[in-house]
Amino acid sequence: MPDVPRPPVEDWATDFDHTHPDYAASAPEIWDDLRERCPVAHTERFGGAWLPTRHEDVARIAKDTEHFTSQGIIVTDWRPEAPRPVGYAPPITSDPPFHAIARKFLLEFFSPKAIDGWEKTARETCRELIAEIRAKGLDEFDAATEYAQHIPVRVIADMLGLPREDGDKFRVFIHRIIEEPGQNAVESWEDTLDYYLDTKVKERRENLGDDLISYLCTADIDGIALQDEHVRGTIALLIIAGIDTTWSGIGSSIWHMAQHPVDRKRWITDPEVRPFALEEFLRFYAPVTMARLVAEDVEIGGCPMKEGDWTLLPFPSANRDPEAFDHADEFIIDRQRNRHTAFGLGIHRCVGSNLARMEMRVALEEWMDAFPDFELVEPEAVTWSTGQVRGPRRMPVRING
Amino acid sequence: MKIKYDRDACQGHNRCYMLAPELFDTDDEGYAILLVDGDVPAELEEKAQLAADNCPEFAIEIIES
Repeated sequence: MPDVPRPPVEDWATDFDHTHPDYAASAPEIWDDLRERCPVAHTERFGGAWLPTRHEDVARIAKDTEHFTSQGIIVTDWRPEAPRPVGYAPPITSDPPFHAIARKFLLEFFSPKAIDGWEKTARETCRELIAEIRAKGLDEFDAATEYAQHIPVRVIADMLGLPREDGDKFRVFIHRIIEEPGQNAVESWEDTLDYYLDTKVKERRENLGDDLISYLCTADIDGIALQDEHVRGTIALLIIAGIDTTWSGIGSSIWHMAQHPVDRKRWITDPEVRPFALEEFLRFYAPVTMARLVAEDVEIGGCPMKEGDWTLLPFPSANRDPEAFDHADEFIIDRQRNRHTAFGLGIHRCVGSNLARMEMRVALEEWMDAFPDFELVEPEAVTWSTGQVRGPRRMPVRING
Repeated sequence: MKIKYDRDACQGHNRCYMLAPELFDTDDEGYAILLVDGDVPAELEEKAQLAADNCPEFAIEIIES
């Protein structure tokens, strides 16, 4: 819980706060309202920040690495310390030209063909979780905390060669960093993600394995080994970006299915619709809102963005822009034209998008096989995360039949 | 029908490869490789259109002859 409650928002157009519980409860309605009447909102909070809501503006900012820097990608009350163009967690916090160098180390591990090799791990994880749920013999349980949240944790832990049991730790670190940034009690150094990763990188440098951390420990730029801070930052990125996000995507898809028996039936009876359904889940429930810092004054949507301002990149809002999508406010399970931006646009396209997609597909396949008929126990009891990743955090479901 | 692919615009979303693997492969880093040179075979025209219509970066263009 936040140490200090966030002050109430007077007007979302001039005083928005994406870390406020009201935003968590009704972000899609807030985006729709702002897109019609604003469409670039501002707040004095966080030292000054903008919230564009149209696809056009979000795309323009995402692709403009001259006026915007990725040095800061999570909006906080302070400005980031790690200098450009590397930043704290390369490549997500990096700018050109360094960005391409740092990104290259990861691309081969996350290509569609490389990710195929992890499908078995994901499927076994889902089956284990379902077996654990069944062993408890309950027909009501929390699909967010007992199913969705464990899947990405276990797969990324295996990819990195970290113990799966550390999953609970990862979730605490992530929660502090992206769901309630700057609203947490000061923790001891030994209780931080940086300390945890420093320890792991040191261990790995002394005892290399065949995992991704070991690979980064042996990688070099022009013959010079990557610095410890670079390795640590990249691993931090994979943990931070790879867990909450996919957990949210899986959770939102289950939340949708719980309330739409027609879509459940279509998924079960028509396997050919599934690839389209997955992309529609990604469009309609895109979990990730990125951010940038303004590097040079620029005007977006008629608004004067000044150097040092934050701007959010709400990809889920872009995905619901009627200028960019037909029937944007409707979930259409077999939508054929779907250029959604769930994984971002431009050079920072989510490097883990193929992993996330695979995990979402497998998680849904296994869930729908096991529980073809289910519903929310109480729709009002579902809670959604605050901050820049959106997904259900408490979601009690009842299994029928 | 001809298909044009802009490697500079491609960011490796892999939507084309998933929707139309007969027309697009991916390289080791996940960027698309266009497999057809010249005309799209008639039976793949629908898939070509689908790949173009789903590219988030507008990197695929269909040219109707």
